[in-house]
Formats: sequence, structure tokens, C-alpha cells
Amino acid sequence: MQDLLYFSQQLINGLTIGSTYALIAIGYTMVYGIIGMINFAHGEIYMIGAYTALIAITGLAALGIAWLPLVLIVALVCAMIVSSSMGWAVERVAYRPVRGRHRLIPLISAIGMSIFLQNYVHLAQGSRNIGFPALIEGGFRFGAADSFQISISYIQITIFLTTLVCMTLLSLFISRSRIGRACRAVSQDLGMANLLGIDTNRIISATFVIGAALAAVAGLLLGMYYGSIDPLFGFIAGLKAFTAAVLGGIGSIPGAMLGGLILGVAESMTSGYLSGEYKDVVSFGLLILILLFKPTGLLGKPEVEKI
Amino acid sequence: MPAHNLKHALFCAVVTLIIAFPILGFNLVASGTDIVLEGAKTQTMISVVLAAIVVFLFQLFRDHIMALLGKAPALNPLANREPMEQSKRLKLESTFLTLIIIGALIWPFFVSRGSVDLATLVLIYIMLALGLNVVVGLAGLLDLGYVAFYAVGAYTFALLSQYLGLSFWMALPIGALLAALFGLVLGFPVLRLRGDYLAIVTLGFGEIIRILLNNMTNLTGGPNGIGGIPDPTLFGMEFGRRVKEEGNTSFHETFGIAYSSEHKIIFLYLIALVLAVITALVIRRLMRMPVGRAWEALREDEIAARSLGLSRTGVKLSAFTIGAFFAGFAGTVFASKQGFISPESFVFLESAIILAIVVLGGMGSQIGVILAAIAVTVLPELAREFSEYRMLIFGAAMVLMMVWRPQGLMPMRRIHIELKSQE
Repeated sequence: MQDLLYFSQQLINGLTIGSTYALIAIGYTMVYGIIGMINFAHGEIYMIGAYTALIAITGLAALGIAWLPLVLIVALVCAMIVSSSMGWAVERVAYRPVRGRHRLIPLISAIGMSIFLQNYVHLAQGSRNIGFPALIEGGFRFGAADSFQISISYIQITIFLTTLVCMTLLSLFISRSRIGRACRAVSQDLGMANLLGIDTNRIISATFVIGAALAAVAGLLLGMYYGSIDPLFGFIAGLKAFTAAVLGGIGSIPGAMLGGLILGVAESMTSGYLSGEYKDVVSFGLLILILLFKPTGLLGKPEVEKI
Repeated sequence: MPAHNLKHALFCAVVTLIIAFPILGFNLVASGTDIVLEGAKTQTMISVVLAAIVVFLFQLFRDHIMALLGKAPALNPLANREPMEQSKRLKLESTFLTLIIIGALIWPFFVSRGSVDLATLVLIYIMLALGLNVVVGLAGLLDLGYVAFYAVGAYTFALLSQYLGLSFWMALPIGALLAALFGLVLGFPVLRLRGDYLAIVTLGFGEIIRILLNNMTNLTGGPNGIGGIPDPTLFGMEFGRRVKEEGNTSFHETFGIAYSSEHKIIFLYLIALVLAVITALVIRRLMRMPVGRAWEALREDEIAARSLGLSRTGVKLSAFTIGAFFAGFAGTVFASKQGFISPESFVFLESAIILAIVVLGGMGSQIGVILAAIAVTVLPELAREFSEYRMLIFGAAMVLMMVWRPQGLMPMRRIHIELKSQE
């Protein structure tokens, strides 16, 4: 019984982390699905979202506004606006001019962008850890008082619900809206979509903006969950999210959600049963194994190279 | 002026403000347990606004500026010259290289200790960059975990000297071979992967190695690292004031000169120089051998190369292993130069710096890579007040290079024929 409770606790923690990975992974998977490049700077955009949210929260606190829903919504909106502008600008500056060149060139440009953004925040805000106020405190506890208790904090519930809402909205947007339809068309065949009168440049920009906005949501949520941020924390999270995207099948949006959840659970099981230090090893190992044995991921389509 | 230009320019300026203002305009400052927000200096605010205005004006007159730039004379008047004849060019290059090497041999005896030390570091980076140049520049395999092989070389030496008391000269080949073995073992499964997946897998591998080094405290000392790594000896002569190991003599006593701590630094520099020259020569040879041609063929067009009978795995694996071998070389020298190593020295940023050197120098070009290694290592030392901007400038330079000159500052030129369309 004790074991089962412990297991469920790890499962809950894993699903919480995993759902935020899924939010970040959407950005990777949508960009990859459309222009076939790894947006290496996406982790940094997520980090910038977290910083903006923190700046907004501190600013509101300084103004004496403490009504929680308002604080959260303002922080969320600020983070989304700044991150999506960043996503748009990054695509414009670093990716559009090199689109269509050899595969490695956009990738190197993206790595350069990632280093640039990391140091931009580092120079502006310092390299130290900065505490992130939890805002939402407390939680539920289950189980007898004398044995192991499962605890679900309100913040975990918030993370679940927000992710769920974001994913639902995204699915509706992709399947119903005009831009969503265009997105799907462009990811199937960019040249053909262009011929049929879709402004592909705008659609590609839109993809970056959507991905960045979701990353900003994840930035706020994970900032509150972990309780501190620093300019480097986007890098590892970005890698994790990329792993999640590959795990689910890169290019597939449901795949990114599934991949994120699996990765989150795998990680929290490792920290729960082995050691917290090895959780990164497990996720990178997982990534390597998937790429070796099933490069298309769980829900991806195989890619055939045509001459 | 077309209206859509104005609209676009306004939009761009607003975006510039949005991305610059919140992050640069406010500073999060910890005061006790709380965090408070402080406005940035007026200077910063003004520069943010100026940046937005510049973006606005640039976008507004974009067409005119682009037309002007198009008319401006080419920056490099030699860009369109015919490549020199192969034999002539090689001769010129060899003379140039010989002169550089002679200069490098004499130079350390006339300058300060600090600059010799820096020069040793430059040579280590040259070795690393030349090795990575084989993998990325020639074979076209983006390796983002190159630093892992560097770590293997360094840790091999540190561990061998700590546990078995091996000297630098014994550990040098072992470290390099072990790194090559790691390259072979890792490369075998992953080289089937497509370019960008390969990049991510190697990055993951690099991180795994670093995390393992950090956590295997019993063996590697964890984050505390390993210290007391011995200096190299010259035929059993040690460079310390007193002889540490039995059977060795000390350098200054043998030659009857006064003890000076500079001897050791210069000796290390010379070792690094010799090894860097060996690296450069071996790779130069390999480039002109069938295997070198095969690397480039595979980089240019994998399907065509395979249909001509090249073994994809074999060719890629050879590039990967050779690159790893030289990283192991560099790692051993690094460990003996520092005398102390810890996982801190082998982070992803280090891989990115080496990659930046290769990219800036012009992928595939040896002279370009060497010059870039010197520039990237020496410039931040010269401009110390800008040193905190170093990585920022690196990142920006990588992006700009890819946009404007993806072939690098000194691209490798080969004799080739281009079909020109008739006009």
C-alpha cells in the first residue's frame, strides 16, 4: 500500500512536469513540422517568458495589487506578448534569411541565437538564481496521517488545468480556424500551399508566435512550481521538451503532448526510485534510444527522402 | 513611400520595444528574501528607444538601403578570382605555414609568462578546432557534444596519473586512443541518423558524460575535480624546483642554469605547438587521401556518394573517430596545463565555442580555422572590459555568419567548374 502511494505521488509529480514539457514541445514540433528545422532558441524564449512573468508579478506587487487572478492573468499576458514578439523577431532575423539552405546552416544560426538570448538576459538581469514567488500555496493531502500521504498542491492542479485549456484551444485553433487550416496545408507541402495562394511566410511566422506563446505559459507555470529561475534554465528545459517532441513523433501535435507526459513520468520515477542526479541522464538516454530505434517517434510519420 | 512599408516599419519598431524594454528596462534585485524591481539606468532606456528608432528607419527605407548596398563595391575584391592552381597554392600555403611555425618557435622566449600561457590555450583550441573541422567542416556531421571527447582525454590522463602514476607521455596516446574509442562506440549507432538528429544526440551524449563525471564522486571526485596532475617531463627531466619522482632529474640542474618557473610554461607551450602542428599535418594529409575526398563527397551529396559505392557508415565513422582522437590529444594537454580538472571545464558552451571557431574560420579550411581560433581566444583577453559581452558577441556572430557568409571568413576553395548559363 505504502509503495502504491509513493508510486502515485511520483506519477502525479511526473504528469505535472510532463504537461509543461508538452507545452514547450509544441513549439518545437510545429516549427519542425512546417520548415523542418530544430528551433534551438525555443528554450530561451521559454526562459524569457518566465523572466517577463516574474517582472510583471514584482511590478504589480510594487503597485500594491495583490488580487491573485488579476496578477496571474496580467503576468501571463505580459509573458505571452513578450515571448511571441521574441519568437517572431528570432524567426525574422535568424531563420528566414537562411531558410532553404543546407540543413546545418539554420541549425547553427539557431544555436547562435540561443547563446545570444541567454547572454542577453544574463547581462540584463544577472546570472544568479532569482526566487519566483509561488503565489498559489497549499494543496490537498490524501491518506492516513501516520503513513505516507499523497499531496497534490494547488499549483499542480493549476498546471494541469492550464495545460489542458491551452491544448484544447490549440487543437481547436489548428482544426477549425483559417490560419490553422493554412498551417496544416503548409506543413503538408510548402511549395504547393504557396501556389494555392497561402502566404507561407505569414504562416511560418504564426507558427513561431504560437509556439512562443505556449512556451511563455510554461515559463510562468514552471517558474512558480520550481520557485526560482536563472538565465540558463531554458537550455535544459528546451532539450527536455525537444526530447518530448521527438519521443511523440516530431511534427505531430498530439505526439508532443504524449511525449511530454511520458518524459515527465520517466523523469520523476527516476528521481523517486534512483537518484535525482540521474534524471537528466535518463531523459537524454531515452532520446538517444528513440532516435536509434524509432526515429519517427510514437505518433510520427516516416520521412522519405526523394531525389 | 508605400503605405505597407510604413506599417511594417512601425510594427518592427514596436516589436523591438516589446522585446527590449521589459528585460532591459527593469532589474530584478533581491533584497533579503524579497525581490524588488528597479528601473534601469536612463542610458539603457535611451538606447532601447534609439534601437527602436533605428529599426523603424531601417525598415522604412529598406528598399533604398538594400539598393545602395547592392551598388557598393564588393568587400572582398578577390572573391571572384579564379582559384589558384593547386600545386602553386599548396606551395604558397606551405611556405606561409613554415614561416608561422618558425615564428611560433622563437616567440615565447621574448614575451611575458602570461602571453605564453595564453598561447598554450590558443594551441589547445587550435587542436580542438582542427579536429572538429574534420567532423563538421569536412564530413558535414554536426557534433554538438565534441567537448565529451575532450573530457575523456583530460580525465584519462588525470585518472591514470592518480591511480597508476603514469606520466604525460604515456597518457597522451592512451587518452587520445580512448577518446577515439569513445567516438567509435558512440558513432557506430548514431551515424545513421540524419544531420539535425545527430546534432541533438551528440549534445545529449556530451551532457551525459558531464553529468556522469559530476556524479561518480568515488572515481572522478565529482564537482571537486581532480588535482595534482603532473607536468610533462623532458626525457625524465622535471621542470619543478625539486624532483618529485625518484629516478628523474631536474631540468635546471642538468643544464646548470638557474631555476625559473618560466621553463615549464615554455616547455608546455612547445609541446602544445608540436602537437598542434602534428594535428594540422595529419589532417592535411588525410584531406588529400581517398578518405578525405570521401568525407567531402558524402557531405555534398549523400545519395550520390552512396550510389558511387562509398560506405556511408565507414566514411562517417572514420571522420568521427579521427575528430575524437584529436580532442583526446587536446584534452591531455589541457589537463597537464591546468594541473586540475573538473566537469566545469566541459560544459556545452565549450562545444559551442569550438563550433563557433570552425564556423567563423570557414568550414573545412585549415588556415581559416587556425586564425579563427586565435581570434576567438585572444580578442576577449585583449578587450577585457568587454569580456562579459564575449558570449553575446559570439552568438550574434554565429547568426550573422550563417546569414551573410555561411562559408566562413576563409572558405576552402577547390578547383571546380561551374556551368554558366548563356546570356
